[in-house]
Amino acid sequence: MNEIIGKIIISIGIIADFIGCIGLIRFPDVYTRLQASTKCVTLGTCGIFFGVFVHSGFTSLGIKALLIVIFVFLTSPVSSHALARAAYRSGVKMCDKSVCDEYKSQVDRG
Amino acid sequence: MIYRKIFLTLLIFVIWIILSGVELYNILVGIFCSILIVLLFGDINIQNQWTVNKPQRYLWFIYYFIVFLYEVIKANLDVAYRIILPNMPIKPGIVRVKTKLKSDAGLTLLANSITLTPGTLSVDIDKDNGYIYVHWIYVRDINIEETTKKISWKFEKILLKIFP
Amino acid sequence: MKTFIKYVLGLVLVALFIFLNFTVKMDLPIRFLNPMILSLVLCLYRIFIGPSPADRAVATDILGLLIVGICGILSVFKNAAFFIDISIAWALQSFIGNLALAKYLEGKKFDE
Repeated sequence: MNEIIGKIIISIGIIADFIGCIGLIRFPDVYTRLQASTKCVTLGTCGIFFGVFVHSGFTSLGIKALLIVIFVFLTSPVSSHALARAAYRSGVKMCDKSVCDEYKSQVDRG
Repeated sequence: MIYRKIFLTLLIFVIWIILSGVELYNILVGIFCSILIVLLFGDINIQNQWTVNKPQRYLWFIYYFIVFLYEVIKANLDVAYRIILPNMPIKPGIVRVKTKLKSDAGLTLLANSITLTPGTLSVDIDKDNGYIYVHWIYVRDINIEETTKKISWKFEKILLKIFP
Repeated sequence: MKTFIKYVLGLVLVALFIFLNFTVKMDLPIRFLNPMILSLVLCLYRIFIGPSPADRAVATDILGLLIVGICGILSVFKNAAFFIDISIAWALQSFIGNLALAKYLEGKKFDE
């Protein structure tokens, strides 16, 4: 029973990963790509490891999988935040569909 | 102070034994590494120590975690919807959000939860004025009160109780 | 019109991939690994054509997370517990590497 539920959760994670990578190809500029890929791939990877935890229970393998879930949830938004800030400061333009930009004045001020 | 260090050493050693199994080699390496880690990093302090012993904070934290998980799943469905549709309903832009939080841990949690919720990505923090710059995939409003109410208020009212 | 043709072509390719993944005879772990490998190929494509360095950095970030996920799947289906140690190490290393990449893009030194 545990193994079937674990495999179902792993499959959901794989589907989320795949959709995130399609978003990485389809979206028009860096920031929207970051949005799509970060959300979907973070939940996908966490789903895979939560599935590993459900599949193998409270063994050494399962506890290590829970540690990876917590670690990825904490660090993946931080790295995407750093990449977005660096991309803006290095002069990457937003795509031509965008409507407003209130960050420009802050960057110009220093 | 010395009791705290001994407690930390025992905690790290027990976690190591749970993760790697009981053997002679593992126990020797565990004792060596835990003493080394506590000697190197044991002096790092918690910012305001009187908040550690309040039990309500942990209950609020569990509530925050449930709300957060619900929002993460909603965000994934939202992004998948925008990816799969042929004409991609996006209208991106960068807006400002006002925050009242002061501590570093609270600001980090708020920025992380903004990044993982529907359609928003935190770009930068202006700590002196209390602004967070947010990239929004479908801009509904530019006015700062409206954006605060729509993006971050549902997390901030919980985080204000955890990190006063 | 051109984007519409591209969209239909992509939809047909994805449907063909899913159909082949469920009908061709192969082991169960390979069926689980195929979509991840296709995602890796998409990431490599973005690294190859990305117009700006920031695009390549984003794709590298995603590539690290995908490889961590592949190690997790292998550790379940091959009954080999050492893969999960590999994934812990890879997650840590990929996080540090991405922060260094972001610093480099911003044009700062590493001690600021």
